Amino acid sequence: MADVLLSVRDLVVEFPTRRGTLTAINKVSFDIHAGEVLGVVGESGAGKSLTGAAIIGLLEPPGRIAGGEIRLKGERIDNLPPEGLRKIRGRRIGMVFQDPLTSLNPLYTIAQQLTETILTHMPVSKAEARQRAIALLDRVGIPAAARRIDDYPHHFSGGMRQRVVIALALAAEPELVIADEPTTALDVSVQAQIIDLIKEICSERGAAVMLITHDMGVIAETADRVAVLYAGRLAEIGPVHDVITRAEHPYTRGLMGSIPTLTQESDRLVQIPGAMPRLTSIPKGCAFNPRCGDAFGRCYTERPDPIDRPGGRQVACWLYKKEMSHV
Amino acid sequence: MSDALIRVENLWRRFDVSKPWLNRVIEREDRQFLTAVADVNFEIRKGETFALVGESGSGKSTIAKMVVGLIPASSGRILFDGTPMTGTVGADMRAIRRRFQMIFQDPFASLNPRWHVGDIIAEPIHTFGLASGADAANQVGKLLDTVGLSAKDAEKYPHEFSGGQRQRIAIARALSSRPEFIVCDEPTSALDVSVQAQILNLMRDLQDELGLTYLFISHDLSVVRHMANRIGVLYLGRLVEVSEGKSLFRQPQHPYTRMLLDAVPDLAMSGRRRKPVEGEIPNPINPPSGCAFHPRCPVAMDRCKVEAPKDRETPIGRAACFALEMQPA
Repeated sequence: MADVLLSVRDLVVEFPTRRGTLTAINKVSFDIHAGEVLGVVGESGAGKSLTGAAIIGLLEPPGRIAGGEIRLKGERIDNLPPEGLRKIRGRRIGMVFQDPLTSLNPLYTIAQQLTETILTHMPVSKAEARQRAIALLDRVGIPAAARRIDDYPHHFSGGMRQRVVIALALAAEPELVIADEPTTALDVSVQAQIIDLIKEICSERGAAVMLITHDMGVIAETADRVAVLYAGRLAEIGPVHDVITRAEHPYTRGLMGSIPTLTQESDRLVQIPGAMPRLTSIPKGCAFNPRCGDAFGRCYTERPDPIDRPGGRQVACWLYKKEMSHV
Repeated sequence: MSDALIRVENLWRRFDVSKPWLNRVIEREDRQFLTAVADVNFEIRKGETFALVGESGSGKSTIAKMVVGLIPASSGRILFDGTPMTGTVGADMRAIRRRFQMIFQDPFASLNPRWHVGDIIAEPIHTFGLASGADAANQVGKLLDTVGLSAKDAEKYPHEFSGGQRQRIAIARALSSRPEFIVCDEPTSALDVSVQAQILNLMRDLQDELGLTYLFISHDLSVVRHMANRIGVLYLGRLVEVSEGKSLFRQPQHPYTRMLLDAVPDLAMSGRRRKPVEGEIPNPINPPSGCAFHPRCPVAMDRCKVEAPKDRETPIGRAACFALEMQPA
């Protein structure tokens, strides 16, 4: 396997509130290898976006990293001063957010925003920066890029704006792109174009992608590996095809069964009873135990750590520990 | 057909999106109209789920609102069980009104935060004089039970419930006037998938039990495939295809439907090579001439640019496309 580009170990993110500290991300560990697409899925409140925000140091206060390590090519980035983080953000890690309207400044032209990013991170002249910007826009599929570069964001449609945001994220040729729900605000026909674009460009430049989304269909077609988060914890991680077709964690299995597909024949969807717990009332032991059909004694008292499984997978579930002890 | 519960005939809706009068005078501009729904015809049979799909701005929600009478149609007719909805007033209209209800997309916005859940659900019961006092409270309890909540929840406020539970309350409220027909406008798009599955299963169970008819609006094709008996595909306010549910996914007739199906990312990862989708939905204020889809259509001919295609029969329903004429039926 390729080199580990980003390594997250036992990440803990906390929100101190008046009624006590909420642990939004609780000991999450995963790696992203150079050039791969890692999908991060989960329901709302599972901690997907927070994981992304923690990596690039954009946690909204009072949220803070309370434990664990984040390393980019072996170098710790979770304890860098703001100035050091700023050098990494945009330069080595690019970002694409959900809503293209809020990630572009409405008062500046596309040219100003792109060249600013390029000049900040790369040793080029203004004229070169503009040339690069036009080339980037052209690459992300904006027609007549040389003319449209002087337009303002409101001149562009939603899909076109998201293309501009992708150009912006890639402007400094980062090693990792974190895309947080990049297609959620878009229509399906445009969504497909944007996903293809992200995938194409990143593989062309050897950049790794961390794709955060709630849409399993997008993950299925885009990601190499997928991490499933539940209540701020990692439930399962592994190659995307294995996780989708042969999910091991009871939560992942329920999740996959609950998604209607374009080919299924069954009349009923699998349903997981209940809903994800609130951060204030995460059950003791495994966070999924109240909704789990397979829960047994140990699940109510002790939290399972991710257990290594064949095929490069990890599952945080006691069912698999039991199995192994029999062997 | 005689068993049509809802019949929509030549429905149009234009919105006036002109600038204010003074601006128009100074800038010498004409009034501008946005045609949200253009000449739409369909019928919904008793006991079936009819779904409308399309991208944003295709007119799905506008049609839903016109069907329940939240906004008036610019022209055309909507018949409920044979009675035209425009022109019917007073007691006759109230009698029809009781028979249809609506479920909205956002359960955080559709329930009054200052009301007890019990009062929210009982409102249609009181409005239509179906019951009062203890009898009404009794019915509310039963309805809460039906949607998988408990009768005790009537005392609570909406904020005490999660999104999925709120949508259950909205369903209970819709059922309380004992309607035959429910318009569901994106009922699960604000919910997480595991909760979505619960709501979709509940809606199907209720349909089987109570013999409900649904108009189901969604942008999510896999949800629609799961729910609908028949599907109407909208593009820029025009109904381009109406087909039998599952067949639509096997053999889409209209090029736009085909494009839409190709674009959907699916769990099944069947290795199908996705055709690149071209372009975006054009501005509905100045829709393309002829067939509105022609600038994005892979099989467009000269004729498509000048002439709007009429509906023609297909093996699985109907579609409006000139290319279908050339194919052997």
